[in-house]
Amino acid sequence: MELRIDKVRKEFDRFPALHETSLDIRSGELIALLGPSGSGKTTLLRLIAGLEQPTDGAIFFGDEDASHRSVQDRNVGFVFQHYALFRHMTVLDNIAFGLNVRPAAIRPPKREIERRVLELLDLVQLPGLEKRYPNQLSGGQRQRVALARALAIEPRVLLLDEPFGALDAQVRKGLRKWLREIHDQTGHTTVFVTHDQEEALELADRVVVMSQGRIEQVGTADDIYDRPTSPFVFSFIGESNALPIRIETGQAWLADRPLGIDVSGEADGPATLYFRPQDIEILTDPPGGGLAGPVAAQRRVAGTRHLELEIGGDRTRVEIEVPADYPIGETGRVAFKPKRWRLYRNDGASGN
Amino acid sequence: MALSATASGWRFKQPSVIPGFGLTLGFTLTYLTLIVLIPLAGLGVRSAALGWSGIWTIATDPRVVQALRVSFSTSLIAALINAVFGVIVAWVLVRYRFPGRRILDAIVDLPFALPTAVAGIALTALYAPNGWIGQYLAPYGIRLAYTPTGIVIALIFIGLPFMVRTVQPVMEEISREVEEAAATLGANRFQTISRIILPGLAPAILTGFALAFGRAVGEYGSVIFIAGNIPYVSEIAPLLIVIRLEEYNYAGATTIALIMLIFSFAVLLAINLIQAWSRRRFGYGN
Amino acid sequence: MATDITPAAADRRRGWSDPVAERPIARAILIGIALSFLALVLVIPLVAVFTEALRNGLGAALAALREPDALAAIKLTLLVAAIAVPLNLVFGVAAAWAIAKFEFKGKAFLITLIDLPFSVSPVIAGLIYILLFGAGSVLGPYLQSYGVQILFAVPGIVLATIFVTFPFVARELIPLMQDQGTGEEEAAISLGANGWQTFWRVTLPNIKWGLLYGVLLCNARAMGEFGAVSVISGRLRGQTNTMPLHVEILYNEYNFSAAFAVASLLALLALVTLVLKALLELRYSRDSVGH
Ligand SMILES: Nc1ncnc2c1ncn2[C@@H]1O[C@H](COP(=O)(O)OP(=O)(O)O)[C@@H](O)[C@H]1O
Ligand SMILES: [Mg+2]
Repeated sequence: MELRIDKVRKEFDRFPALHETSLDIRSGELIALLGPSGSGKTTLLRLIAGLEQPTDGAIFFGDEDASHRSVQDRNVGFVFQHYALFRHMTVLDNIAFGLNVRPAAIRPPKREIERRVLELLDLVQLPGLEKRYPNQLSGGQRQRVALARALAIEPRVLLLDEPFGALDAQVRKGLRKWLREIHDQTGHTTVFVTHDQEEALELADRVVVMSQGRIEQVGTADDIYDRPTSPFVFSFIGESNALPIRIETGQAWLADRPLGIDVSGEADGPATLYFRPQDIEILTDPPGGGLAGPVAAQRRVAGTRHLELEIGGDRTRVEIEVPADYPIGETGRVAFKPKRWRLYRNDGASGN
Repeated sequence: MALSATASGWRFKQPSVIPGFGLTLGFTLTYLTLIVLIPLAGLGVRSAALGWSGIWTIATDPRVVQALRVSFSTSLIAALINAVFGVIVAWVLVRYRFPGRRILDAIVDLPFALPTAVAGIALTALYAPNGWIGQYLAPYGIRLAYTPTGIVIALIFIGLPFMVRTVQPVMEEISREVEEAAATLGANRFQTISRIILPGLAPAILTGFALAFGRAVGEYGSVIFIAGNIPYVSEIAPLLIVIRLEEYNYAGATTIALIMLIFSFAVLLAINLIQAWSRRRFGYGN
Repeated sequence: MATDITPAAADRRRGWSDPVAERPIARAILIGIALSFLALVLVIPLVAVFTEALRNGLGAALAALREPDALAAIKLTLLVAAIAVPLNLVFGVAAAWAIAKFEFKGKAFLITLIDLPFSVSPVIAGLIYILLFGAGSVLGPYLQSYGVQILFAVPGIVLATIFVTFPFVARELIPLMQDQGTGEEEAAISLGANGWQTFWRVTLPNIKWGLLYGVLLCNARAMGEFGAVSVISGRLRGQTNTMPLHVEILYNEYNFSAAFAVASLLALLALVTLVLKALLELRYSRDSVGH
């Protein structure tokens, strides 16, 4: 099922939780909504589900305008952040609920329902737990039951709000892979919300980065990581440094020092240079340019070492990655130059 | 905790730096013993003196049997009515916003605060054949006061806050997500309420029901004015205790009291079992 | 919320319904049922008390209250409450301190025992004291020989009232103090405060609203108790009549307007209790939000 979000806007008592937003989701795609807390991810997800009504705009399921359909009729599988399992029902009754509440005419026979539930329990790798109550399950198991329950109604789209948010790191990693497998197996169009970039980049076909009620960028993990279109995306994803610089006479300058990077084709004027700690090259003998500064702090990060340098007259701190055994000279100064970087103009335009 | 207990053997009290344990617990136990335990034990001693056969003779006296039957049946009906309307009242107070809601919420406690005798004469003034409401019913031959129906009316008044106040806090805790989950799975509002919300409230409703029922069986003040107190018809067990006392028939009074006390403890036990069961099964009490 | 929606979107939403709300018609019916039920069961009887009291005019009602027997009943009611409430207050605080601030064996059982008087019929509450102090008992004749009269006298009324209002303060304070834990008291002790100082300066300020709440309910019940007091008082007019008993006597003498006049005074007390209770709850929730 394709999804089309067409100029949708949502206000809560005049507060714009989601500014005008459009987004196309392809059939069978696994999409992540990624952004900091309060960026409107849940709101967008709930609008798709029909749990909220848009202030303006429309949501299409395939060619059909779904806006006039109530949640019940949209046939979406929704997995809630805190699972929202029915505490007084067994796992079996939880998963069967969506089928049991169907009108008699389209309700499968009791046997058939039970068969399907057991099948789903196998799919989510919880065979034999159908008699348990939610209270008797671990967090990860509850999450799986919640997913099985959502899948039981053969939803047109699957929506998950921070599906792993309440679980500990170990369980999260395991479930992440498993969700991808289930998605590949069932082929549902799936949208999930997360504030964990690693989760989004690793799991999703495409990532929708959101901030302050707006979509900042939509793209594959490579697009988002390598070609961030806004300073927000650059700094939100992975580690990054930002340096205020100036373009003049085809050169990039930090105060009176040339950076030695190729900015041909860039217009003159102030700009901000973004680069990641690992995308640098150490200069042993700085000839014409580069950045240099004393090491203010250092810390060991797995197999590498991160150095914090104080650059320029106003001692802007930048972080670079060096080999763990990198010898810091007696002067305590290190010189480097960004290998990969992006320039953002203060008017929002970008280039590199 | 378990560790320290095994290390040092059985211990009545865990160590604490806070003073006053001996004083406060001593006072509590003394006061409890003097005011509650000794007098109640006295009832036990008196009953024991009667012996099984003595108790049995009195307990099977037709008038006693009938009084107990009236008490239990009217209490049961009143508690059932309160279960239905109490849940509706609680729902309206928790879920809807309308002018006057706060006042209504406060007034639910009226039966806790209004002396039972006052409630009794007020209800009688309404439902007596010449009363505010009774006068419109009398021409149709409907009599409420001075019949078992009158008793039920008084017991509804008495039991209502037990029901509402037990269910209300649990209703407030129902998570919106759970209701939304039911909706995304295709349940209409009626299905969500009947299959998700009400079963979730069941332990609270049962507890409220038991509390209202237990209270109603022992109720005296509000009932005797409206009941008419006709032996074998509208005479409740607590009234029969009073009558036996006025006859200086202490054995009679004691036996009826004993039966009612045993019943009260059974209700208390039932409530505890409901809550323990609910906690074990669903992970929440009440 | 509807105002947040543009006309175009409103047009599209036809058929959409809020997943966690009833349809307006169902809602209206439920509110209607609740309002009618509360009106019928609670409001109309309350109105009836005052209307009946004023049936012969305010002057008659006031006269009924100024009658010597009525005054004696009011005095006795105040006296009984003035003894029973403070005793149960002290008991409630002591019990809550022992139960909430310490861990000891048999605590759950103790709490059950404290709650016991709530599940005993008021008539039985009166009866047990009659059995204890009555003619057939050991204690009664012994006390009688020293000229101490318990039954059919003020001490008996006080005892029965203490019994029926026994758990009010304790059951309000126990959960409250359990929620608050022992951290603050331990801190105070470690800073050198003694037990009394800790109680007055640390514990009491934390529980004062809950305490007041318990006292309020305790007092309402103490002044309004009928069954237990009725059994034990012997109903000597002017001597051992509390207000609720006086209401009964007037009512049984077919002196309805006087009965309702005294009843309306008790109803006023109930209303004041409800208002204070509502105010305390507001206060309560505001305090706990601050925590
Ligand atoms: N029901 C609501 N009423 C009022 N404001 C809301 C409501 N739901 C969300 N918001 C606001 O909308 C913004 C976006 O919220 P949300 O979509 O939940 O963010 P996210 O899921 O990205 O953390 C937040 O500022 C939040 O406070
Ligand atoms: Mg969210």
